[in-house]
Amino acid sequence: MRTQAHPVRTAWLVVAGLLAFMLLLAGCGGGGSDTGGEELTKLGKGEGEVDLISWAGYVEPEWSKPFEQKTGCKVKSKVAGTSDEMIQLMRTGQYDGVSASGNASARLVDGGDVAPVNVSLVPNYKTIFSDLKDQPYNTFDGAHYGIPHGRGANLLMWNSEDVTPAPTSWDVILDPKKAAKYKGKISAYDDPIYIADAAVYLKAHQPELGIENPYELNEEQFEAAVNLLQEQRPYVGEYWSEAAKQISAFANGDDQVGTTWQYQYFELKGEGKPVAASPASQGFLPKEGATGWSDTWMISSEAKHPNCMYMWMNWIVEPKVNAEVAELFGEAPGQSLACEQTAEKDFCAKYHAENPAFWKRVYYWETPLADCGNGSSDCKDYNDWVQAWTSIKG
Amino acid sequence: MKLSKRSALLLRLGLGIGLAFIYVPLIVLAIYAFNASNILEWPPPGLTLDWFPKAVENEFAREAFLTSIKAGIAATAIALVLGTLASLAVARHRFFGRETISFLVVLPIALPGIVTGVALSNTFTQVLGVDLSLFTVVVGHATFCIVVVYNNVVARLRRVSTSFEEASADLGAHTWQTFRFVTFPSLRSALGAGALLAFGLSFDEIIVTTFTIGAGEETLPIWIFRNLFRPNQLPIVNAVAVIVVLISIVPVYLAHRLTREEGGATAARGGAVEAEATAVP
Amino acid sequence: MERRSVGHRLADLFHGRPRLQASALLAGPVGWLVIGYLGSLAVLLIAGFWSVDPLSGEVLRGFSLENFETLVNEPVYRSIVGRTVLIAALVTLTDAVLAFPIAFYMAKIATRRGKALLVVAVLVPLWSSYLVKALSWRTMLSSGGVIDWALNPIGLSGPGYGNTAVWLVMSYLWLPYMILPIFAGLERIPDSLISASEDLGASPFTTFRRVILPLAFPAVVAGSIFTFALTLGDYITPRLVSNNQFIGNVIFNNISNNLPLASALAFVPIVVMIAYLLVARRLGAFEHI
Repeated sequence: MRTQAHPVRTAWLVVAGLLAFMLLLAGCGGGGSDTGGEELTKLGKGEGEVDLISWAGYVEPEWSKPFEQKTGCKVKSKVAGTSDEMIQLMRTGQYDGVSASGNASARLVDGGDVAPVNVSLVPNYKTIFSDLKDQPYNTFDGAHYGIPHGRGANLLMWNSEDVTPAPTSWDVILDPKKAAKYKGKISAYDDPIYIADAAVYLKAHQPELGIENPYELNEEQFEAAVNLLQEQRPYVGEYWSEAAKQISAFANGDDQVGTTWQYQYFELKGEGKPVAASPASQGFLPKEGATGWSDTWMISSEAKHPNCMYMWMNWIVEPKVNAEVAELFGEAPGQSLACEQTAEKDFCAKYHAENPAFWKRVYYWETPLADCGNGSSDCKDYNDWVQAWTSIKG
Repeated sequence: MKLSKRSALLLRLGLGIGLAFIYVPLIVLAIYAFNASNILEWPPPGLTLDWFPKAVENEFAREAFLTSIKAGIAATAIALVLGTLASLAVARHRFFGRETISFLVVLPIALPGIVTGVALSNTFTQVLGVDLSLFTVVVGHATFCIVVVYNNVVARLRRVSTSFEEASADLGAHTWQTFRFVTFPSLRSALGAGALLAFGLSFDEIIVTTFTIGAGEETLPIWIFRNLFRPNQLPIVNAVAVIVVLISIVPVYLAHRLTREEGGATAARGGAVEAEATAVP
Repeated sequence: MERRSVGHRLADLFHGRPRLQASALLAGPVGWLVIGYLGSLAVLLIAGFWSVDPLSGEVLRGFSLENFETLVNEPVYRSIVGRTVLIAALVTLTDAVLAFPIAFYMAKIATRRGKALLVVAVLVPLWSSYLVKALSWRTMLSSGGVIDWALNPIGLSGPGYGNTAVWLVMSYLWLPYMILPIFAGLERIPDSLISASEDLGASPFTTFRRVILPLAFPAVVAGSIFTFALTLGDYITPRLVSNNQFIGNVIFNNISNNLPLASALAFVPIVVMIAYLLVARRLGAFEHI
């Protein structure tokens, strides 16, 4: 008589063993690459496709179609609403490049997700505005990691019919007494980096806190900024990260005042909606200044189409193209020669593209690090910002 | 079944409210497919038929639609095989851990999509070093589709008497022949219903897909998500949604008819077969 | 002696060996689910015990309970979990109430043709994209949207965005998943039982309460698995129609810069759902999924 083994029971044991093995694998191996990738030394033929991650309005058919025709590289782009999303997408290694702001670039470089850019392969780089080159948000350890796209300040926008008198300061949404007037109609950016906006406000209104750089905040300064946003929370109508979400909110009257990008402002104006933003006479800024961004195109360390990516980076700062880009979005172009190509003659003057002094009042997005840059290392790092943001939103 | 007048009225009211709840938002959605403006407001400023031809012409939408169909068919096929295998084991044999199988099979659909998505994505890219692609999407979809096939088939197998299979074996058929000529025919409609629902699940899935898809591919939900917040694309998205709904009426109806007709021979009660066949979401 | 084909011989191998048959049948699905799926889950959840380097953001693989401590100590995470579970429960209840009349009518009253029509009517909305339906609700809920437009004449206004909106939208989205199992369950209740109850003098309400509901209850529980699970994990709808964070949102927001925290939080819905499934199984729902 044959004794029966217990094949099914054995099978379960084998399966359990394989499971344990898998856990071991996860514990030891795996993990993303820590190398930043190599800089391209020579530009080869286009690979036929380029996969991009970008902000809304950065990759539009007006300039991506001619690019496709010229280079044969088909443009596939994914719009992300926040820098965190961009980093997440870049980490999958499935994209060739990203239009990174300063609060993403450092993390991408640290994580080895982007490769240095060989600027000699990008001829149009030579004529980029000099105050955009070799900046801490696009140059790391002396190596260039990005091609500057353009820059802008975050805008204060309001519904001109509902919000009077026209605000000249961020206090309309950050001073609890004033914000209460627009309860439920305030629009704020849905990202931890918005804490810097509160810091910019406090820099002007509570100078005793001693805030210098709104991204380098010690315990006391950070708490003050977080408290301010917690006080704002009950008055916020909607936190937005998708540009079109904010557009429809303003169009519907769900929101009446808030922080925005030029893209939404011009879309709403184009649809005939009664929106206004800080005017040119005020330098487009409320009196405290504003946070902003200076974006650079970075190439992935795992780019599958590096040649097409380099072609894209060169194309996007081609004078005619960069002018189109800047005008459609409403930002200051990164390419100095673009100023002669803009449809509106004094576009660059209006947007202060050639005026470095203006940008001193704009605090480009940066990655908060514990290193305060002035010797001390007790500043709040990005993890603290993220956790604080979770608490603020509740 | 006879009901008192009052109960019948209340029931009709409940039915009416329920159906209204289901269809009013869909009607609003359809209206927006005719919206003349790019911005969503109510009431829409104007109506136009433009979006429908634009939707059909849109290359990305068409590609995404086909990709979704491909992924759905592949995922359904895998789910059919694995689900049937598992249900045959559970309904026809006794073994260690049998009760756990039902539990195991329902987990992928019961746990949050984001957890499943991130876990699978992590495994593919970090542990296995595989690129994300349509293949990884299919793997993800098949995993949570198994349960819909499994439950349908197990329910059917429990109702079908084993005496046919035993008779077949007694008459000299070996296991595969018995399965092919006796068991399988009685399962056909359960498989059909399960397949339809699995396909539907895969077709509209967004969360797991987001995490398992490669950059170069798009399923229809991914395309929709990408364009959901592009002001000048939104009405096309609405039009696409309406088109898909209209297209889906036919297969859904056919599936219902199919399960009802085949049900007669093996079911104990006429209604129960289509009930169990359509029972699985 | 006639030659037997390979297939024939393979079948012979299984003949009379039920355990071998069972193993062969199970190998595929179990292998896939346990190694592929559970394995992936385990790999993800292990990260919950790791931590993140504050300077570089890299994941450190040393064992640490700090993420769980954060989740327990910071009040915001408790309120987020509480909110998510509460709304999941409300959605489940709402859907059960809404689904029952529809399912009952479909199962017991509708003619053959009516039944076919209703089944199609209930299933077809499942095919319109989840995203588009959610967006449609967003516009309906906006100020001046359909809901306001309908309620303003009687002096009311819509709920706008927020937890109420999430509850409404989720109840809407998952309703078909509740209708189908209840419909199937009700069909299995013999008409004769209901007639008998009425013949014995029970009022319709009593018949419902004492006969129909207990018999249909497992099916309701089966449907509730879906409504509860789908609400528990969703992050897209809360983003579209509210400012409030649900479990899925926090996980999503932390995946890129703090995967260990996200993984630790992922334990919560997993534990909740496993508990829910165990209870549901005990109540007999697994026969009705």
